[in-house]
Amino acid sequence: MYHIVRNRAIYFLISLAVILPGLGFMVYNTVTLSSHTPWHLSVDFRQGSIFDIKFNETVTEDAIRNVFEQFGLSNPSISKLGADSDNLWQVRTDFLQGDKTQALLDALNKQVGALDQKQSSVSSVSAKVASEVTRAAILAVIAATVAILLFIWYTFRKAPNAIRYSVCAIVAMIHDVLVAGGLTAIFSTLFKWEIDALFLTAMLTVIGFSVQDTIVVYDRIRENLVRHRGEPFEDVVSRSLIETLHRSLTISLTNIFVMTALLLFGGASIKQFVAVLLIGLVSGTYSSIFNAVPLVVAWEERDLLGLRALRSRAMPAK
Amino acid sequence: MRERNLITLVIIIVIALFSALIVAPIQKPPFIESLVFWQDPRGRDLQIKQGLDLKGGLQVLLSADVKPGSSIVSGTLESARAIIENRVNGTGISEASVQLQGSDRILVELPGVTDRQLAIDLIKRTGQLEFVDGGPTPPATGTMISTTYGIDQRLLYPQTAAVGKPILTSTQTLTSAGKIYDTAFTGEILQNNSRADSQTGQIVVLFSIKPAAQQYFKEYTSKKIGQPLCIVLDSQVLSCPVIQAVLTEGGQISGNFTAAEARNLAITLNYGSLPIPLKIETVRDVGATLGADSVRRSIIAGVIGLSVLLLFMLLYYRLPGLLSGLSLLFFAVTTLAVYVLLPVTLTLPGIAGFLLSIATAVDANILIFERFKEELRGGRTLRGAVEAGFQRAWPSIRDSNLSTLITCVILFMFGNTFGASAVKGFAFTLILGILVSLFSAMVVTRTFMRLVFSQPSETIEKNKALLGV
Repeated sequence: MYHIVRNRAIYFLISLAVILPGLGFMVYNTVTLSSHTPWHLSVDFRQGSIFDIKFNETVTEDAIRNVFEQFGLSNPSISKLGADSDNLWQVRTDFLQGDKTQALLDALNKQVGALDQKQSSVSSVSAKVASEVTRAAILAVIAATVAILLFIWYTFRKAPNAIRYSVCAIVAMIHDVLVAGGLTAIFSTLFKWEIDALFLTAMLTVIGFSVQDTIVVYDRIRENLVRHRGEPFEDVVSRSLIETLHRSLTISLTNIFVMTALLLFGGASIKQFVAVLLIGLVSGTYSSIFNAVPLVVAWEERDLLGLRALRSRAMPAK
Repeated sequence: MRERNLITLVIIIVIALFSALIVAPIQKPPFIESLVFWQDPRGRDLQIKQGLDLKGGLQVLLSADVKPGSSIVSGTLESARAIIENRVNGTGISEASVQLQGSDRILVELPGVTDRQLAIDLIKRTGQLEFVDGGPTPPATGTMISTTYGIDQRLLYPQTAAVGKPILTSTQTLTSAGKIYDTAFTGEILQNNSRADSQTGQIVVLFSIKPAAQQYFKEYTSKKIGQPLCIVLDSQVLSCPVIQAVLTEGGQISGNFTAAEARNLAITLNYGSLPIPLKIETVRDVGATLGADSVRRSIIAGVIGLSVLLLFMLLYYRLPGLLSGLSLLFFAVTTLAVYVLLPVTLTLPGIAGFLLSIATAVDANILIFERFKEELRGGRTLRGAVEAGFQRAWPSIRDSNLSTLITCVILFMFGNTFGASAVKGFAFTLILGILVSLFSAMVVTRTFMRLVFSQPSETIEKNKALLGV
């Protein structure tokens, strides 16, 4: 039997190796960005420009997107106004200086289609997601975390030291948030990813899945503690992990199938959202097996990395 | 036992067929439309309502109606925006967006609304407060009345209408008795410091009058002492307190209300009417903010992803995988039918909630099948393994879903309170999805499995490959 729990130092290191660089980028962005946030914010969170543009011919959304991206305006929100035959479009982007605006309209005229300059206009627009909304979401997550802590404590009350399961599940959840948030920060810096209102949703989904997955793995431990009474705690836990491994892999695979399909074939406007979701869901499965459960054992043995046990095995008792 | 399972199967098939009928993009028989009596008849088309991000809706551009050259006091446009947002959210349109555009415009987007008049009505309803002469027999609280101001903006004291023209006044004539009440003042005369108070033991709402309007208010109250003065918001009577003394600087409204009602009335007095006049500049259809092409491609991608998932379940779990495929189809159709019936306005956050509930439904099936296989390997009979599989999987399914439900309820409450509609939409579809997924795993999959594996079947016993063991 392969001992995931005994080798926990390796798995904790893997987690750290993923989280620390991400955390570094989050701190770096917070210090250097003018918005003082861990990520580049999209126009959803900031003041931006709103383009009402009318063409004299039929054009495609992708062609318009292409021009905006040439001007460094990644992830513009493009929608059609009026009937199809109107050829009227509305684009929301980052705030754009006046002189660049005309250049952009000219580029649209040249590259996309003849523009009706008279009926096209540009103006500024306030943030779509007010800061109160973000604050409300964060407060909600904190409140939900406390509720989950109490819930796991209650439902595992028959296992000894149920509070440890709660705390470790929350640690695993924070792990997943940091993995998804940290990798997003890295992409945000390297590839100019901007987080939009959907990022908030992706994070909520990751949090929900993380706890759900951890509880499924815990459930096996709870069951085996009764079935295999008398066995050392670490052995019961290892057995439980092995028994749920099949299910963990399968659920992770099914998630990956759906998300990869969306990533490969889905529309441009949701790719980032799906990528964050994919990272978060895979991390959610990983953290249940390799963080949450080993942490419970580490707490029981009062030995975070399992090094003491390793040493005693290396030097058998005289 | 087998009989009970057959009855359950029939019920499942009936639910599935009914759901399919509701979800199918066809003209629905009229009896179904009358079934959903709780929906607004104007929008009762029994289609899945899609939000701004997926489908678009109506976009209404409002601009400040001030004289050219006069400046807008900073902050007033923002408070007008907040009032409109509250009103729109209050009407049950979910996922609406209200933004400031430029220095003097407000951009309102109403998802799923196709009726222009309905949209204009909605925004027109954004808070015209009037003080109306109740006459000898005042109208009952809550009734809609016609007022001189509502019809042609006539006031008994036109001098008090200080700031330009009235704002988006209601033009409907909603009178039942045909009586037209005289409007004495608009909410314009109030200072924005009304508050509920219960010092004297009785719950009252205190208000004060702007200095410029005080002489007219004094004149009116001295003339009409002992008569009711009705407070009317958007043609609806809020209360009709009797004038008990000559009032100049302000007064109190006493009535038969609770502390909460008094507080609401005070808020309405303060914020009910828009701080600056607005006019409707344009009303137009707006396409999906995520881009129609993007949405179309993503839907196809989603279908591909789910097909791969079903194929995987079939290959990996064989016969049970096939059964779970059927049960997942049941889950999808029923959940969508619930969205139509309630109705739920579907947005991308909502779809994320739906996706997570699919993952939950798949997970429940996987948990059951893994247990089922374990029990089979442990030497149980097929029938025994089915029962034991469900029994053993249940605690983990129950607890993991309960934890998600708790999270969702909290997210929903917060989203509701703070107007974070994305959070609310996500939580709501996830709650619905989890409830349906529990049913589909614990009832639908179980019934299928029981029926297929109930008899000791030699073919299945011999072909272990069918079970993926």
